[in-house]
Amino acid sequence: MEKFTTLTSRAIPLDIANVDTDQIIPARFLKATDKKGFGDNVFRDWRYNKDGSENSEFSLNNTDYSGSILVAGDNFGCGSSREHAAWALVGYGFKVIVSSFFADIFKGNALNNGLLPIQVSLEFLSELLITIKNNPDTKIIVNLELQTISVGDTSEIFDIDPYKKTCMINGYDDIDYLLSKKTEIEAFENTIG
Amino acid sequence: MTNKKTLFDKVWDAHVVDSIENGPQILYIDKHLIHEVTSPQAFNELEDRGIAVFRPNQIVATADHNTPTENQHLPIKDLQSRNQLEQLSTNCKKNNITLYELGHKYNGIVHVMAPELGFTQPGMTMVCGDSHTSTHGAFGTIAFGIGTSQVAQVFASQCLLLTKPKSLRVTVNGKLKNGVLPKDVILYIISKLGTNSGTGYFCEYAGDVFENMSMEGRMTVCNMSIEMGARGGMIAPDQTTFDYVQGREYAPKGEAFDNKVAYWKTLPTDDGATFNKEYTFDAEDIEPMITYGTNPGMGIKISENIPNDKDASFVKSLEYMNFEAGESLINKQINYVFIGSCTNSRIEDFRVAAKYIEGKQKADNITAWLVPGSKQVETQIIDEGLKDIFDAAGFELRQPGCSACLAMNDDKIPQGEYCVSTSNRNFEGRQGQGSRTILASPLVAAATAIAGKIVDVTENIETLEFA
Repeated sequence: MEKFTTLTSRAIPLDIANVDTDQIIPARFLKATDKKGFGDNVFRDWRYNKDGSENSEFSLNNTDYSGSILVAGDNFGCGSSREHAAWALVGYGFKVIVSSFFADIFKGNALNNGLLPIQVSLEFLSELLITIKNNPDTKIIVNLELQTISVGDTSEIFDIDPYKKTCMINGYDDIDYLLSKKTEIEAFENTIG
Repeated sequence: MTNKKTLFDKVWDAHVVDSIENGPQILYIDKHLIHEVTSPQAFNELEDRGIAVFRPNQIVATADHNTPTENQHLPIKDLQSRNQLEQLSTNCKKNNITLYELGHKYNGIVHVMAPELGFTQPGMTMVCGDSHTSTHGAFGTIAFGIGTSQVAQVFASQCLLLTKPKSLRVTVNGKLKNGVLPKDVILYIISKLGTNSGTGYFCEYAGDVFENMSMEGRMTVCNMSIEMGARGGMIAPDQTTFDYVQGREYAPKGEAFDNKVAYWKTLPTDDGATFNKEYTFDAEDIEPMITYGTNPGMGIKISENIPNDKDASFVKSLEYMNFEAGESLINKQINYVFIGSCTNSRIEDFRVAAKYIEGKQKADNITAWLVPGSKQVETQIIDEGLKDIFDAAGFELRQPGCSACLAMNDDKIPQGEYCVSTSNRNFEGRQGQGSRTILASPLVAAATAIAGKIVDVTENIETLEFA
């Protein structure tokens, strides 16, 4: 897993609540058996019109916006457990997703792929969306060590599980840790017969 | 501090291997279910790192998400789909994992076949790379969906690193009205609580409505826990549960079964145990439900009108559905009906549909897909004579699989069409690009298929016994 410490980037706004993982990556693209190529189809049915042309109104297609931070509405990533959603967002180039609320499974999947989900207050989120829309060139600064997200003079501290934070900063994943606990796991198995 | 424990606490605490200071706990996983879509990348991960599957005997595999529901004996036409199924077979063979592949007498939707085989038992921890793993909570099991990285973790260690979720209890007491099915109960609960009320929580369903429900009904309820954001839902195991498990393929036998039952009886929540959040509803308030929007929380009683809301997401949702705030859905023409999915594809669901359909004819405008949850359900449908009823009424019984619930295979609802569906998600395009899903019970779906439009099933419900 790639390490994550700090990031300074422009951001793309996605001012929609309850974005489910079926929208992030529709089921018809889940037939691959590796993790590559999902970025091409991220938000497929919102990015493209029925005739296959680009939907110019969708923010990812708006050339004013760019960057590796996605700023999304409340309850991001609900629905299916498909980790393909995290692979698609990473594949497209996102490193951070900001929202006021994340669905559980998506949040875990993101963290397991070096994609940092930052939960901010509703007020911070709506200000952030307005700021980006008014000035797409706005730079957002994320510092994982300090757990801060800053825009201009405004800053907010975000929560992250300390264990997951260490994993992100060092690029460790859970398998490494679990394998180091094999003896304890086998001992546990003996107690349950 | 009280030492009173909830059902969830008891099962969770019995599976903690170790705890990281200020961090997650290592939770031991008893049973792991896998399917073709969310497992290949996990097998690759292990292979790349040279790690063996730790406990292959605790894993069972099935092919369900991406399988055709017609001509299952023929080679699969879609190359990518065929490749995905072949990889599952190869991976299972290489790692000594039991696989019930397409055509096997035990093949079926992962959340239908596992309980059917007695693989699901009370007091266990179970996971699967599928969010509807919450289904198995019907047995008093901690069961939840995981991502593919976690599938790899369970392959490698039979454990997961998790922070214990908070507790939530939803109590429904009273007697359900005639024609109100378990699906209506859960759609009602989600319509009241919203799609993220359960996020960060594990939910227990309590009260006599669930106590009096069959195991299949309990599975329907627990299945949709994830639609209110809860990773899982549970119902205390009781005699109904023990009777269901007893005698099944993987269930303990003889004395071993009796010992298990003695343990399972200790699992229900202690009197006086506290929950972080509690909600209570009256059974008498629940009526047959229907959804009108693009998330499962957007549900109304079938006789109600669509509410008014200025919220941008609400407006966008109605625009997608081509519905108007304030209108009724009664008499809305529908051209597609789907009875199936891990929510409603068990024998009781088809019995309800058959009971309504018997002696009637499918409306001409309707394309109806009846998709059993497993080969065993398919066999039951035939053995009980339900297929004859469906055939006579002009319905098509297909072969088992996830089918039009997520439309990964060819069972896609066309652009712009409405589908009254017994599945679990009405997200944009869920059943095919541009398709519009209306979630409902098997009774409402059957009634829609006969009328060719949405009808108020409560009007003549007293003539039918569905309780």
